[in-house]
Amino acid sequence: MADLHFLANPARFRRFSQRVLPGLTLATVLCLAVGLYLALVQSPPDYQQGETVRIMFVHVPSAWLAMAGYGMLAALGASLLVWRHPLAALMARAAAPVGACFALVCLLTGSLWGRPMWGTWWVWDARLTSMLLLFFLYLGHIALSRAYDESERGDRAAAILSLIGVINLPIIKFSVDWWNTLHQPASVAKLGGPAIHPTILIPLLWMAVSFLLLFVLLVLVRTETEIDRRRLEIAEQGA
Amino acid sequence: MSNHAVYILSSYLVVLVVLGGLTVASLGARARARRELAARGLERKR
Repeated sequence: MADLHFLANPARFRRFSQRVLPGLTLATVLCLAVGLYLALVQSPPDYQQGETVRIMFVHVPSAWLAMAGYGMLAALGASLLVWRHPLAALMARAAAPVGACFALVCLLTGSLWGRPMWGTWWVWDARLTSMLLLFFLYLGHIALSRAYDESERGDRAAAILSLIGVINLPIIKFSVDWWNTLHQPASVAKLGGPAIHPTILIPLLWMAVSFLLLFVLLVLVRTETEIDRRRLEIAEQGA
Repeated sequence: MSNHAVYILSSYLVVLVVLGGLTVASLGARARARRELAARGLERKR
């Protein structure tokens, strides 16, 4: 943790980000290319879902990243409110739209899977509704952080929302166990190991790693932009 | 890809549009911010 502490300084973070971005971009592109090949060409149809299982290769990783992204927002929110880390607010501003996009992909691809499999685009069951709520929490964070003339006030309000909204994460995860839902229970992250055949599991995990790399890449690029914007704001105030 | 091809291809199109769009927008915003910094003499133009 002490090794990561030096990144709390925006200027040092920017230099670090500029060093890692070229390699990370290459790794993300290569991983996504292989992942798409595995997902669309290599993997066999599922014995129950048939070819529609291919939607799972983008739907499930998006759901994981949307949830992990919100957990990150909450950690950044706590970091801002408790320790007033200068980078926490900028990184939260950068990460919220990325998490919102992954939540949107999860909702839309889930709907596109639900139509042929369940016969409906949408049901108000606990898993789908809590995921929709997560998307709205992201939108709330984006709106709040930009709602004030003083960016510090907006960042603090958004940080409080992120801490309140984090209660939704266990609800999403355990909704399929706590309530009788149309959504199937956990089949990868469960006690006793995954209930998925390796021919489906490997492309799924590969796409999850690819999406994770893309998530990190986008957060780094957007955090750099937020640092630059803050420098411009300070320059304007000084002029 | 069977008669469900339209749903599968639409899903990957959603990924392309949403995540691809976000990537392009993010890179564009970074380039604009850098240009503005360079124009104010706060950073060398890349």
